[in-house]
Amino acid sequence: MIEIAIDLVRISHAEKSRGYWMTVARRLTRDPVIVACASIILLIASAAILAPWLGLANPYQGSMIRRLRPIGTAGYPLGTDELGRDMLTRLIHAGRLSLFIGLFPVALAFVIGTTLGVIAGYVGGLLNQAIMRTIDIFYAFPSVLLAVAISGVLGAGILNSLLSLTIVFIPPIVRVAESVTTSVRNLDFVDAARASGAGAMTIMRVHVLGNVLGPIFVYATSLISVCMILGAGLSFLGLGTKPPEPEWGLMLNTLRTAIYVNPWVAALPGVMIFIVSICFNLLSDGMRSAMDVRG
Amino acid sequence: MFAYALMRLIYVVPVALGVSLVCFLLVHLAPGDPLIAVLPPDASAQLEAEMRTLYGFDRALPVQFGLWLWRVLHGDLGTSIATGRAVSEEVSRAVGNTVMLAILAAVIGFVVGVLCGFLAGYFRDSWVDRVVTTIAITGVSMPHYWLGMVLVIVFSVLLGWLPAVGAGPAGWDWDWEHVKHLILPALTMSVIPMGIIARTIRALVGDLLSQEFVLALRAKGISEARVFLHVAKNAAPTAIAVMGLQLGYLLGGSILIETVFSWPGAGFLLNSAIFQRDLPLLQGTILVLALFFVFLNLLVDVLQAAIDPRIKRR
Amino acid sequence: MSAVEPLAPAADVGGPGQPLLQVRGLSKQFPVRGGLRTRAGVVRAVDGVSFTVNKREVMGVVGESGCGKSTMARLVIGLIAPDKGDIVFDGEAVGDVLSLRDLRRRVQMVFQDSYASLNPRLTIEDTISFGPRVHDLAPNQARARAHDLLRKVGLDPALFAARYPHELSGGQRQRINIARALALSPRLVLLDEAVSALDKSVEAQVLNLLLELKEDLGLTYMFISHDLNVVRFMSDRVMVMYLGEIVEEAAAEVLWADARHPYTRALLAAMPSLDPDRRTETAPVAGDPPNPIDPPAGCRFHTRCPFAEAVCSTTKPVLMPTGNDRHAAACHIGDPASGHSRAGRRFTE
Repeated sequence: MIEIAIDLVRISHAEKSRGYWMTVARRLTRDPVIVACASIILLIASAAILAPWLGLANPYQGSMIRRLRPIGTAGYPLGTDELGRDMLTRLIHAGRLSLFIGLFPVALAFVIGTTLGVIAGYVGGLLNQAIMRTIDIFYAFPSVLLAVAISGVLGAGILNSLLSLTIVFIPPIVRVAESVTTSVRNLDFVDAARASGAGAMTIMRVHVLGNVLGPIFVYATSLISVCMILGAGLSFLGLGTKPPEPEWGLMLNTLRTAIYVNPWVAALPGVMIFIVSICFNLLSDGMRSAMDVRG
Repeated sequence: MFAYALMRLIYVVPVALGVSLVCFLLVHLAPGDPLIAVLPPDASAQLEAEMRTLYGFDRALPVQFGLWLWRVLHGDLGTSIATGRAVSEEVSRAVGNTVMLAILAAVIGFVVGVLCGFLAGYFRDSWVDRVVTTIAITGVSMPHYWLGMVLVIVFSVLLGWLPAVGAGPAGWDWDWEHVKHLILPALTMSVIPMGIIARTIRALVGDLLSQEFVLALRAKGISEARVFLHVAKNAAPTAIAVMGLQLGYLLGGSILIETVFSWPGAGFLLNSAIFQRDLPLLQGTILVLALFFVFLNLLVDVLQAAIDPRIKRR
Repeated sequence: MSAVEPLAPAADVGGPGQPLLQVRGLSKQFPVRGGLRTRAGVVRAVDGVSFTVNKREVMGVVGESGCGKSTMARLVIGLIAPDKGDIVFDGEAVGDVLSLRDLRRRVQMVFQDSYASLNPRLTIEDTISFGPRVHDLAPNQARARAHDLLRKVGLDPALFAARYPHELSGGQRQRINIARALALSPRLVLLDEAVSALDKSVEAQVLNLLLELKEDLGLTYMFISHDLNVVRFMSDRVMVMYLGEIVEEAAAEVLWADARHPYTRALLAAMPSLDPDRRTETAPVAGDPPNPIDPPAGCRFHTRCPFAEAVCSTTKPVLMPTGNDRHAAACHIGDPASGHSRAGRRFTE
């Protein structure tokens, strides 16, 4: 993964035609798979954001006599859950929290991780060792274990999940950032910038950042689907979102016992996670190919 | 090679220490007085005072860490609040179950993954490749706990062929009564490693086949089978590294699947520890699983160095 | 031009008689990591190098790859800190009277053209104006200066200022590299293999440009290259480096006519002859360049020297004046008291 990131830096220099990012954008829009995935995500995201105004049923209001109705019931197109709440509205509303929990930690980890990694990669020496060895220790935990451990200790709740997920994703991003920065740092134009008398911060900002953000960003996008699954997983274990908030992972948890009564309704929230996750993965792969001149 | 192994072994020590430190600090992260966490709820004042000095809660943090580390190195991971038994006893029992599950899942995932990966790499950009890639991406994007639920729905609820939960009657034996409990969880767990291995092998094989040395080999008239062997040898080091990593993730990340299937492994233990606020058990389980992962990585690194001639040299 | 010339070149302190650059005992070594132990040895990239460069002179530096020429350049320009030694610029000691920031205004470097010599994300004018901006020039002034420099190196700002490096040819990129080096009005310019990656025709153009600029702006050059023909064309004086040491230095013509170190003679003889009547018969330098981690004892060249004798492997020769004006060589043959059987005699005898 790190090799691919470094190759992206090297290859982006070789691009012949004008406007490197425009070429990437053009390639992305020409690929039907990418367009499809992006559209699906946009659709789900917009539905989630606009949910309160879509004229759907109340996601919190249930009815004990209408529990676990099957898919296709009149008035409840996707059935009802174990407390009689309409599944369709719960699924759409859940998109808000689930998408947020999938995206925010990666975004935050991207900012923090890139900063740490670029500084470690550029400055080198003892600071690099200090940062990277600390990161190594966190890297020594499997991600699920680390997330569960931190959430388990802090207790359930969205904020705690966000915190533990961010912590889980900072180390891999720092590694990629440091690696890419180190390879850029040794290039002649950075030496030339140093020879101009510029300070470290200026050089990092003007010369290094522009050349490393691309590969790091692409790598970060590949983490989104993992974050979604892990975040929903935390809720599935009861460590994330607390009821009655709708969230796909939590819904899977509360509907678990319902698989004997109405299995298909119980499986629905997982379908949503799966679709969004696969779309993000394909998007990330597509972006990497589009940025790869070798193609 | 020996020098590399030695160096790598020495490097493990600070990492293991750091991991232990993180595990130790976890308890202190928990809201509330850590002493409460290790005491049974109805403790007498005398017991409380004893525990306070024993655990060193009245001493400075580094001293507490030292004491805790000392106990850990002697195999004492504390006592579970919920069951009253030694944590090390609980964990070692549970870990055995997890290892069994993880290895079976790993074997399935690796075999299928390698096969598919090779096929996809050899027949790059053909329909075989596309099918395999699709399966792989699906495997990697799927929330495995959901897959577990779906498999339970299909095979337990609808078809009734396999059991949904547990590990069978008490005490493990390799008979159908027990093994049938192993099938669904292992299959579920194998999906993600399968996807990752398939993608990795596909990329490796595809890259290798397009390299010039393969062209040279074919031009020399070497049979396809021997070309295959060359490719396999070159792909092996990276493949082993990835497999090792995946096995590590299986061991450490088993909690989700074990929860779905109520499989009595270390992950399931972790789950109950969290919900019973049994902090000594929680701490002990995390420590054991994390250290497993660390030493597994060490093994994989050394193995990779042993077979990869490029690393051997210095 | 505005009344107050921003970024004027640093003033001439010592007058024409004072050397622009004096380097004494410059040394730099790099640790080599190895397996279990953290230091398997050191590479003495630059080992006790001393030389002088006069104002408005072109000093050529030749040697095989690995001889330390690039490291030495980076030491002079302050990109690497030396382990030992002094650098004195126009009579002012670097690190003492002259801070690193002052040094930047006096010494600049033109790098070899590669994809890595220009930041692919910046436009040409941003690249050239970066240095002036760092030295507190206002953005529009820095841009004007960049356009000015583009004109000086023969590129039309209207066509080139807003372009990106990947849209330009090698020769154009080198002109940009030169413009960037001149942006801070240096007095000494180090050219590290500046034309090595260019086609021959383009190379000629760039070399002529460099000579023009030198006359125009009163510059001094250190011209580092492995290509002897180019060095001969450009240089007034030349120094020859081998494994981190200077083995010979002389005026260019003197070096070509009367080299006194076996390595120099071998390098010169290795140039394929274009004259069918005087063909190059023998392979002049035997063997591979030795491992820089473990240089041979005594004279570092003795393992490949056709004239090597016992004294060469025990005693290290020092740079000694030959009979010619300002011509020194580090070889026992040149020292009558060395104990070498050919000591004091000429090579052609």
